[in-house]
Amino acid sequence: MQLKKTAVAGTMESGDIMITIEPKDAGGVDLDLSSNVMQQYGRQIEAVIRETLSGLGIENAAVQAVDKGALDCTVRARVSAAAFRAAESSDYQWEVRK
Amino acid sequence: MEKRYTKDRLRRSMMFVPGNNPGMITDSRIYGADSIMFDLEDSVAYTEKDTARFLVHNALKTLDFGKKEIVVRINDLSSGLGVQDLEAIIPAGVHVVRLPKTDSAQDVIDCEREIARIEEKHGIPVGATGMMAAIETANGVLNAREIAHASDRLIGIALGAEDYVTDLKTTRADGIELLFARSMILNAARSAGIAALDTVYSDVNNTEGFLEEVNLIRKLGFDGKSVINPRQIGILHHAVVPSEKDLKKAYAVMEAIAEANARGSGVASLNGKMIDRPVVTRAQRLIALFEADNVTEEEEE
Repeated sequence: MQLKKTAVAGTMESGDIMITIEPKDAGGVDLDLSSNVMQQYGRQIEAVIRETLSGLGIENAAVQAVDKGALDCTVRARVSAAAFRAAESSDYQWEVRK
Repeated sequence: MEKRYTKDRLRRSMMFVPGNNPGMITDSRIYGADSIMFDLEDSVAYTEKDTARFLVHNALKTLDFGKKEIVVRINDLSSGLGVQDLEAIIPAGVHVVRLPKTDSAQDVIDCEREIARIEEKHGIPVGATGMMAAIETANGVLNAREIAHASDRLIGIALGAEDYVTDLKTTRADGIELLFARSMILNAARSAGIAALDTVYSDVNNTEGFLEEVNLIRKLGFDGKSVINPRQIGILHHAVVPSEKDLKKAYAVMEAIAEANARGSGVASLNGKMIDRPVVTRAQRLIALFEADNVTEEEEE
């Protein structure tokens, strides 16, 4: 997926995560994560963000994430929404529940 | 074919949950509603339709809602948003799609065609997803019977009163303004053998008014009601629990039937009166309501 502009998804409400994605030409994914549960879940949130981006074929991006206690499914939803907005794409590939 | 929905189940309460609020989506199962309805329509701003779809899609795919019925209210198809909603929620495993602003049988047929197309595309058995139709205009009310019979997938029809009273050039009052619509919807639902679901009561601080409305729709024969605040669920469920006297009578009816069956007799009587079929049906429904309430309480404990 080709990122074209900076885009945001999510809110600062409890249980949510706000994701900002900025296009980058090279150098991989830079992730700036802050969370009120950083000690316990920081590594897990980072893993979900990286895995979601990689699943969308995004190799280079600057990502800022402000977490307010989001579950994994919310992290995935917000990263995906921000990425499609940044790519100005609506070619969503919805997958079937396993 | 394995269906995701059951037509005949308890639907005392159907709780609206805004589709773009992760905190509320995550907590939604703990409040004891019989059905949870994630909303992609009116509670989601136009600019956030995309993010809400991602949220509901991922929540449906990941979270465990136990035995609750999971409904998603989509945007109407004519807005162009409804089909995009269906694309996101059908593969994610929604049980029932709630179609808003249903004016005619054709609206149901059009929505069903899209659902079938998406099911087929994803290898989901065609017919697995259920539907319900919300009726929110004078036209819809007058077409209620045709709407209720428009698809085998329909589990029920519901009244959406806010738009309806506006269409009638009136406002919500003591219920007299909704009497015709409620009666039409109820009779249409019963003629199709599906559920009749009442509208929301939006003044969440007015418990007395809410109870009056609950008692009214119970007397009319509705299966249940949409709720917008978890506080209304307990009040609603408590109000529809049968009284001890009615319950004792219902169990006595069932015992008399069992005894008659054991004797090999087709005729049962209680206190000298013959028990006919409608009495048995009503007793069974009462007992089901009572037992469902106990199950809900156990789940919540």
